[in-house]
Amino acid sequence: MASHDHNHDIDAVSGTATTGHVWDDIRELNTPLPRWWLWTFYLTILWSIGYWIVYPAWPLIANHTRGVFGYSSRAEVAVELQQLESVRDRQAAALRTASVDDIRNDPTLLRMATARGRAAFGDNCAGCHNQGGSGVGVFPNLTDDEWIWGGKLADIQTTIRHGIRWEQDANSRAGQMLAFGRTGVLKPAEIETVVEYVRSIAKLDVANGADLAAGTKLYADNCASCHGEKAKGNPELGAPDLTDAIWLYGSSRAAMVESIANGRAGVMPAWGSRLDEVTIKSLTVYVHSLGGGQK
Amino acid sequence: MATGAIRNMTGGEQFGALALALFGIFCLIIAGLTESGPYAFHMVVFALASTWAFRALIVRRYHGQGPEPDFIDGKPNYNFGPVKFSTVAAMFWGIAGFLVGLVIALQLAFPVLNLDMPWTNFGRLRPLHTSAVIFAFGGNVLLATSFYVVQRTCHARLAGDIAPWFVVLGYNLFIVIAGTGYLLGITQGKEYAEPEWYADLFLTVVWVVYLLVFLATIWKRKEPHIYVANWFYLGFIVTIAVLHLGNNATIPVSITSPKSYIVWSGVQDAMFQWWYGHNAVGFFLTAGFLAIMYYFIPKRAERPVYSYRLSIIHFWALIFLYIWAGPHHLHYTALPDWAQTLGMTFSIMLWMPSWGGMINGLMTLSGAWDKLRTDPVLRMMVVSVAFYGMSTFEGPLMSIKAVNSLSHYTDWTIGHVHSGALGWVGYVSFGAIYCLVPWLWKKERLYSNRLVEWHFWISTIGIVLYISAMWVSGIMQGLMWRAYTSLGYLEYSFIETVAAMHPYYVIRALGGGLFLAGALIMVFNLIMTVRAAPDVKATQPAPAPGLQPAE
Repeated sequence: MASHDHNHDIDAVSGTATTGHVWDDIRELNTPLPRWWLWTFYLTILWSIGYWIVYPAWPLIANHTRGVFGYSSRAEVAVELQQLESVRDRQAAALRTASVDDIRNDPTLLRMATARGRAAFGDNCAGCHNQGGSGVGVFPNLTDDEWIWGGKLADIQTTIRHGIRWEQDANSRAGQMLAFGRTGVLKPAEIETVVEYVRSIAKLDVANGADLAAGTKLYADNCASCHGEKAKGNPELGAPDLTDAIWLYGSSRAAMVESIANGRAGVMPAWGSRLDEVTIKSLTVYVHSLGGGQK
Repeated sequence: MATGAIRNMTGGEQFGALALALFGIFCLIIAGLTESGPYAFHMVVFALASTWAFRALIVRRYHGQGPEPDFIDGKPNYNFGPVKFSTVAAMFWGIAGFLVGLVIALQLAFPVLNLDMPWTNFGRLRPLHTSAVIFAFGGNVLLATSFYVVQRTCHARLAGDIAPWFVVLGYNLFIVIAGTGYLLGITQGKEYAEPEWYADLFLTVVWVVYLLVFLATIWKRKEPHIYVANWFYLGFIVTIAVLHLGNNATIPVSITSPKSYIVWSGVQDAMFQWWYGHNAVGFFLTAGFLAIMYYFIPKRAERPVYSYRLSIIHFWALIFLYIWAGPHHLHYTALPDWAQTLGMTFSIMLWMPSWGGMINGLMTLSGAWDKLRTDPVLRMMVVSVAFYGMSTFEGPLMSIKAVNSLSHYTDWTIGHVHSGALGWVGYVSFGAIYCLVPWLWKKERLYSNRLVEWHFWISTIGIVLYISAMWVSGIMQGLMWRAYTSLGYLEYSFIETVAAMHPYYVIRALGGGLFLAGALIMVFNLIMTVRAAPDVKATQPAPAPGLQPAE
């Protein structure tokens, strides 16, 4: 049982009196509050009272205390945004009137546009095209010299502004790889034959005994109208070059059969309705500079 | 026989059995009516649990068992069954929670580990981790220690016959419902309060019974005063009840739907959420675990508590000030400036009241510092108090708006939370469980002190790796986010900051892995303690060595 006495025993180690309470053999010293602790506590209270006087602090019935200089974090952020805009506006004014070609040819304008384009690319484009525009999966690499829809400044600007197969934009890039298999234009065996022909002109391995003559005819009848007789592609229609080593959807036989059988129609949003014109110009110049932008 | 068993039942048992039967039937009806698969699954779990508990009540009587006396031969007949259960549950959930934490740490470093399945997605596993470590591990540690400490320091058997069992079993059932709900996609989307309305209601019942058991035990105490640990436990239980009700004030779509909508809206909801969220830290993870510290450190060090006066002042200051600090989670948001000011200043004023606990914990060691060399369990608890002091300095620092503008939304917050969670809550819990297991299973000592040493050093290295990685990555992240070029554009895109954090994510996962490894060593040590450590000799009067009253 508890030995509840009020003798206030002295603890031999510390020389401090205990409170005399005992619980399950635990006792308590009656040590006074450490002074540094108490004074620091008071100091934090004083500091808080001071802060309440200077800044908005206590709610009243229909309002709240405003502090001595009427601080508001909303007003503060408005001022900061204003300052930022004024820094950017100095460049934007020049960029607004210049064409993308003017910007490309003027080192000062180019530097400003690249800075703006790079920031806009990170926030809007990198999610699909990857950091630095290196592409990932079915999202094209922007640093090589294959441009499905053209690599001139004006081409890139149109693509960014109107997007690709973006239904909400009437001027969006149209044209798509048709589903030759699904629509019954080509039979499965014919698709396999034309795949071997395309592989032969793309310098990929070709199956033994492939009927390249039949493949040539199938290609000329079905593919050449868009991809060209020499298969060099046509940026007007978004038909890629089939002779370079770049394959957005992969160069395996299965991937090529899938492309021909079911078609391909990747989508890119139209940014014209989401970004201002100066940003679109800046992005155009920036993307153009990433790899093989065409003159 | 069965009718005889029922006739012998107490009123409480009969009421309990009837309530369980009705609840089980009710849950089965809901299970049949609902269109939600996961909800039906939860209702079946509730029905099965009720059936099991109903049967257990009858079987107990069938075997001629019933309520036990408060005293045997003039000594308190302590009720340690629920304490043992919660101790084991704490270790089980602890390992589960640490493991899920390691998995999500690895997912952040290597996103492919999300496995492209909804059930294994970071978004579902993250609340599983936080709830498992805070509410399942931490909650069971609090249940076990509070039921142990309140009995020992009141010199009285736990109040209630089946009520303490209802508390520990009901609480763990809540954990199962909550955790499986997250995996199946049931959530109300409020951080640390994810379980839906029906789980919340069930927890409310369990928690009220917990409060009543605790209060009734204090009521029948044989000691004239209430020990400081019990103030902290009571503060924790009462405040958590209030927070839980406030932040879960939702209206269900229907009784057959798991979905509900909160009655608060917009910024008021945000304010309620962080009033709750911050005080879950303040009252669950601080007040509750300070209670553990106030019993287990003086007990283990065999020294008196350093200052009774400090314990009173810092208790009331902590309770009064903590409840205001929540708005510091909403700096620079739509929350009005005046509320942000109060949240920040009250956090600053909270610094010394928090440190009062640290001073009392550390200074209780005066006269027994030499024990830190030889007793790794005591060392673990003392290091936990040091981590507590560090986190409760860092917390007010981060609540200052200028600091918060850098730290908020970054990994610095994660580092801060884990220095408190792994260092403070984890270590003081491990220390308490290392003490409790030999006491509860009447063993002379732990199976191996050497293994405790291994646990201590491995997990300490883990914690240091974890929090230093998060400090570096968090500050780097904050600085990258706010970096502007001279032309007025952001220096880095968001994805660049994510890529920059990869090495720190790997280090963090390594730290978490070491912490888990330490806990596994602990589990092995505890199992071997129960199975192989020497029993306390029958002649010894008390299982725990204590300070003898001064002559």
